[in-house]
Amino acid sequence: MTRTEDDQGADDVEKRVIETSGLTRVYGRGDVAVHALRGIDMTVDPGEFVALMGASGSGKSTLMNILGCLDRPTEGSYVLEGEDVSQLNKDKLAGIRNRRIGFVFQSYNLLPRLTALKNVMLPLMYNGHQSLSKGEMRERAVSVLEAVGLGDRIDHRPNELSGGEQQRVAIARALVNDPSLVLADEPTGNLDSKSGDEIMALLRQLHRSGATIVMVTHSAHDAAKAQRIMALRDGRVTARDLGVEAARRLESVTSLEGEAR
Amino acid sequence: MNFWRTLRVAWEGLTLNKGRSFLTTLGLIIGVAAVIVMMAVSAGAEAEIADQIDALGANLIVVMPAFQPGGVAGMGRARSGLAYPDDLEAIRQGVDGINGVSAEQSTVQEIRTGGNTLSGISIVGTTADFLAVRQSAVALGRFITDEDNTRRNEVAVLGSGIAQELFGEQNPLGQRIRIGSVNFVVAGVMERKGVVGNTDYDARVYIPLSVVFQRYSTSRFGGDTLNTVLVSAESRGAMEQVMQDITMVLARQRGVPTSEPDFGLMTQDTVIQAAASTTEAFRNLLGWVAGISLVVGGIGIMNIMLVSVTERTREIGLRQALGARPRDVRLQFLLEAITLSLIGGLGGILAGVGGSYVFGELGTMRTALVPMSVPLAFAAAATVGIFFGYYPATQAAQLDPIEALRRE
Repeated sequence: MTRTEDDQGADDVEKRVIETSGLTRVYGRGDVAVHALRGIDMTVDPGEFVALMGASGSGKSTLMNILGCLDRPTEGSYVLEGEDVSQLNKDKLAGIRNRRIGFVFQSYNLLPRLTALKNVMLPLMYNGHQSLSKGEMRERAVSVLEAVGLGDRIDHRPNELSGGEQQRVAIARALVNDPSLVLADEPTGNLDSKSGDEIMALLRQLHRSGATIVMVTHSAHDAAKAQRIMALRDGRVTARDLGVEAARRLESVTSLEGEAR
Repeated sequence: MNFWRTLRVAWEGLTLNKGRSFLTTLGLIIGVAAVIVMMAVSAGAEAEIADQIDALGANLIVVMPAFQPGGVAGMGRARSGLAYPDDLEAIRQGVDGINGVSAEQSTVQEIRTGGNTLSGISIVGTTADFLAVRQSAVALGRFITDEDNTRRNEVAVLGSGIAQELFGEQNPLGQRIRIGSVNFVVAGVMERKGVVGNTDYDARVYIPLSVVFQRYSTSRFGGDTLNTVLVSAESRGAMEQVMQDITMVLARQRGVPTSEPDFGLMTQDTVIQAAASTTEAFRNLLGWVAGISLVVGGIGIMNIMLVSVTERTREIGLRQALGARPRDVRLQFLLEAITLSLIGGLGGILAGVGGSYVFGELGTMRTALVPMSVPLAFAAAATVGIFFGYYPATQAAQLDPIEALRRE
């Protein structure tokens, strides 16, 4: 997916997609306060593909929620493409999520009664900045569906598609508004390894075509496909560019924890 | 998201669960139908009253003997009827500004002619002033005269329906008929008047009042006494004076003090007031019932919308993640509630109009559909939808997208 001309300003190359400083998130108050994030400083440059690893409780879900503008940090700043979005109101955040962020969820989150095409068209419907006609929406949705290799499945409902195909629809939905940032939350978590590899191949392909991707994963195998691996522990960044070997060790720790749960 | 797309989404939401949506609207259908039927019934009742007023005749004063508490000790008089013809004549002679004084005494008899027998016919004994008092007219021949009454002539004036049944195309004038065991000569036929109030004027037969007393002893008071005398005033403005005069004249005639008359006067106003207060009470009651059923219908909608919001929490979370603002979510659910209500409103209008018609046709209640009630009921349904849909829609809009997405 290539960026449109509007987004590709001359100094845009310099502008980081994500730049956070001192990001904290505290749930509750006083004695029962839970510090999910304890000061995150991170940057993601345009076109980067970053994998985010960490045990459960490390704060990666909280970080993803803030990066995705679903939540606001307690303190610290989050600058998305040069705009501080850390304290925007709900309506503004909804607009940012709609136009600048594409979500890919572990459980796809497709609306079961809608066809693949209609699911992909959903973000376009909420895009108040572009008033596209129904035909234009359809055209765009079809083109992203073709790009993810589902050109022949556009009229299928989610229950008529395999898990891998459903995740492709979800990726197409994430891309349809041409976002600055794709956030993938364990995109292969519900898939068998073959479908998972296909989804990872698709994400790599997106990355090659210029998309900025942040992906949470438990799998070192998947993380290895990213350009850079970040590790989180107890609400702090413990590594900004973890080697694949270290990622494997981290994976075994997290999976042990997973089994212990 | 624009309005029409949101409406479309709302509609899709409703059609997910057609049976449930229908049952939800049923409450409102009943409520709206109740409003329309209620208005039709009370309009019908009002029309009924108007007819009864017409039936009474214009500017009518009804004189009745007072019902006195029983004189067990012998001192108290029993109810004493008005005397015929003395009381009538006293009013006629002594009171100015009246069109006429009349009385009616009915009996039910069988009528026979050479070939026909009609049974259960209402025979009304009356006087010449009946025409003026009841605003009726004769089509053929003549009505009962004062002379008929003094001489106790056995003459009958037929209602148009009776004349038709007995004689068909034949001229009834001068024909002999037998009413009960007495032979009469037909002197006239009334103009068609139809059913007014509860009385079918065309199915009656009129004979001299004196003949009723002589031949069919119907008076409950014994002798030639009446339980009602009807006086028609010349104008509405004259009513007050006429009533005072009647009280004076009749008290003197009957030898009672005017301060304690043994009779009472009633005007159409008293009757109208009594009837109007009854219909008003009736209408208020129905209004409350209809209002309550609208509220109950609305609560049904609120309930189902809350269920719907809970069931679709994850969908709401997803829509929020994809860029739906709180107001987009609120509008979606509000439109669902309003659509439900409007469907209920339309159904209710159909059921209400149909119900009014059926009630009217079955004859248990007179109904007159009020055209205004249709838009009114529709507006009420829409208001209920907005009012009861707002809370669930706001609940949906205020969901936290992270929580909502986590919900299974």
